Amino acid sequence: MNAPFLSRRLFLAASGAAGGGLVLAFSLETEAKATGPATLSAYLKLSPDGKATIASKIPEVGQGMRTALPMIIAEELDIAWDDVIVEQALADTKVYGRQVAGGSMATTLEWDGMRRVGAAGRWMLIQAAAARLKVPATELTTQPGRVVHEKSGRSIGYGELADAAAAIAPPDPKTLSLKDPKAFRIIGKTHVQTDSDAIVSGKPLFGIDFRLPGMVYATYLKAPTFAAKVASVDLSPAKAIKGVRDAFVVDGTTDLYGLLPGVAVVADSWWAARRGREALEVTWADHPTAAQSTASLAARAAAIAKAPPQRTARRDGDVDAALEAAAKVIKAAYDYPFIAHAPLEPQNCTARVKDGKVEIWAPTQNPEPGRALVAKTLNVPPEAVTIHLLRCGGGFGRRLINDFMVEAAIIASKVDAPVQLIWTREDDVQHDFYRPGGWHNFAAGLDEKGDLIAWRDHFISFGEGETPVRSGGMNASQFPAGAVANYRHDVSLMPLGVPTGPLRAPGNNAFGFVIQSFMDEVAHAAGADPVEFRRKLLGAPRLIGPPGENDSFDTGRMRGVLDLVAEKSGWGRKVAKGRGLGVACHYSHLGYVAVVMEVSVAEGAVKVEKVWTGVDVGSQIINPTGADHQVQGSILDAIGSTLRQKITFENGAAVESNFGDFPLLRMSEAPPVEVHYRLTDNRPTGLGEPALPPAPAALCNAIFAATGKRIRSLPIGDQLASGPAAT
Amino acid sequence: MAYTLTINGAAHKVEAEPSTPLLWVLRDLLDMVGTKYGCGVAQCGACTVHVDGKPVRACITPVSRIGRKAVTTIEGVGADPVGARVQEAWKAIDVAQCGYCQAGQIMSATALLTANPKPTDADIDAAMDGNLCRCATYLRIRQAIKAASGQEVSA
Repeated sequence: MNAPFLSRRLFLAASGAAGGGLVLAFSLETEAKATGPATLSAYLKLSPDGKATIASKIPEVGQGMRTALPMIIAEELDIAWDDVIVEQALADTKVYGRQVAGGSMATTLEWDGMRRVGAAGRWMLIQAAAARLKVPATELTTQPGRVVHEKSGRSIGYGELADAAAAIAPPDPKTLSLKDPKAFRIIGKTHVQTDSDAIVSGKPLFGIDFRLPGMVYATYLKAPTFAAKVASVDLSPAKAIKGVRDAFVVDGTTDLYGLLPGVAVVADSWWAARRGREALEVTWADHPTAAQSTASLAARAAAIAKAPPQRTARRDGDVDAALEAAAKVIKAAYDYPFIAHAPLEPQNCTARVKDGKVEIWAPTQNPEPGRALVAKTLNVPPEAVTIHLLRCGGGFGRRLINDFMVEAAIIASKVDAPVQLIWTREDDVQHDFYRPGGWHNFAAGLDEKGDLIAWRDHFISFGEGETPVRSGGMNASQFPAGAVANYRHDVSLMPLGVPTGPLRAPGNNAFGFVIQSFMDEVAHAAGADPVEFRRKLLGAPRLIGPPGENDSFDTGRMRGVLDLVAEKSGWGRKVAKGRGLGVACHYSHLGYVAVVMEVSVAEGAVKVEKVWTGVDVGSQIINPTGADHQVQGSILDAIGSTLRQKITFENGAAVESNFGDFPLLRMSEAPPVEVHYRLTDNRPTGLGEPALPPAPAALCNAIFAATGKRIRSLPIGDQLASGPAAT
Repeated sequence: MAYTLTINGAAHKVEAEPSTPLLWVLRDLLDMVGTKYGCGVAQCGACTVHVDGKPVRACITPVSRIGRKAVTTIEGVGADPVGARVQEAWKAIDVAQCGYCQAGQIMSATALLTANPKPTDADIDAAMDGNLCRCATYLRIRQAIKAASGQEVSA
């Protein structure tokens, strides 16, 4: 499966540059001529029957890039989608540039480059046809799969031209002309994802499905307290289990992002390995974070909230003076918990270590840091590590960090067979890189007209010195920064002994909740309609915030989606008693999304009745079915986490362990989600994340509208059952 | 212990401890990897197979309990006309995102439609609530079940 392209005559590297621009470079491999005559580039092979094999460079985690990026290439190549076969590219940044399923960046960074890959192939086919027909290339056009000479009525199929085209020097990509989007035949039309047949018929597809001859299975037991070492272990009960081949201690390191210490059990089947692991008797060494708990972290945050902030990250005007002079001051404290990713495919990885070479088959979102970690841990050069990208059964950011990869590699290095490491679900929930919890202490001031004149947030997070833990930092320019004269963003950090990392819309998945919920409070305090209040604050269309694409914020684009969702949801209409409408809008990952939710609350339980979304991710939706999936999935993901999810810590370890105490949203709880796009004259950007951040606040604001109860702490849990409405 | 299992209409001999879950017999001993491991405690439904036509969670079903009963997995469900209709609907509606849970979803949906050819929304909720989808493709799962049962599909 996933055979790599063996010949790469044409290299194309596309990567993000400062300011979000795109660097494109074609280069010729000098030392060897193409070994595959019909290989036009690292992305494109053509067979004599006219079928195109197109490489997808980005790992597939369900975000749909394995369909969308090949669609872009096929469009400019001008070939029928039915004639396209998609292959996963090897992890090789020298050939493919950035290969990360993260940051919603694939569409943003690859849109132009993939078009030029396709256009380069088409250009080479046209040159080959010109030579064959002895006509100027300028007289030739294409129809899907054919080069056409209209003047003479002659045409040649791509398959017949493949060998000749592959021998032609590739063009400078900057010189290529691209299609007028009005002429798109593939882009913008729904295409069912490429792996559908295999998915519905149970074909081997995911990392956990991969098999090698002679492969053995492994489990890896780590200390409940993160990074604690093995003090002592009796391996013999594990080795006595039928099918167990070996059990051994892995020393590991104290680096929460490196190889953690543990005990490996290797067996003929995974079930035997798991039984062996359960038979182990391990004593874990004491660890400095063994007293850490959710309660102790919260107590520390409460103490910090009462003290002056450690630093001010942004200061506009004079917040204190403005609050002093304000006609009305609103203060509120918000918090949210640690949560886990819990992709449905447990972490796993297959590794073979032989003769100084390491070969990895991994469901990873981000292979290169994994390669570096494996090389360092096994003391081999990075070039000795080959990484095959296998389909991921969900990512959500979890597989951006490759602990499973280095664990598989170290175990395989000690076993004379290829090894497939599979984590238990309990391993996954208790050894995640969690979305960190956080606390926000807000104050806002309104003038006599009800206009916002001051906004302050004291954000309490985790870190050392001024460096936050992974995904524990906050952009100090979050809206309403730039839209209010007096604005201050204060930050205090405290130490943490828990691994953290990016979870779908990192940071923003929490900031959307706190900012858009508090804004709702402020709107109500101003006696204003929540949509109207936001419209007024957004004001005239303009860019606010410092320059640089990730920080700029186009108030006009946000106003556009806010208006769109207000219209589609019938904002302002009367709803039945016990029901409420809530709105929120948030900018992240270059996307503008506004959400309205309608909820009903009865007997302390909330039900989301319906959701409307307005989305602006630029001028083009590439694959509408995939785009709708990402928006709907993000919204439902957020409803699930907002309702019930939290990870708590006791004795330095995670308490929750499986879907019983870390519940996912279920079918009966999933409301209809309408998706409305506003196409704007901006470059197409990604959609895996930006629809998530506004959803939790839209839900909680709807609960307020329905009940008068303000949710300031997540998850919602049983807060609605806790007595009379209070604000 | 030696067992002869009837899986997708064919006999398979395996040697396994009696307590070994059917899931791992399928995946590790028979290389039938379509049935998925998600939680190991019957919380997620990714391992759903049919035993004599009834949906069961293979992760908690010991191989010793199968006996002569007929096991159907995602690899074989397409041989059943209902299963084939469900698979076609899943493709036409592009249900999957990551796709990992979908084998279990399809097995539960096929069992539902076999027992109840025209399920209501409430029937669908009741039959499918034990199958988690982390990507939350629930809206399309509902649509696909409606489509496979010849009912009107709403957004």
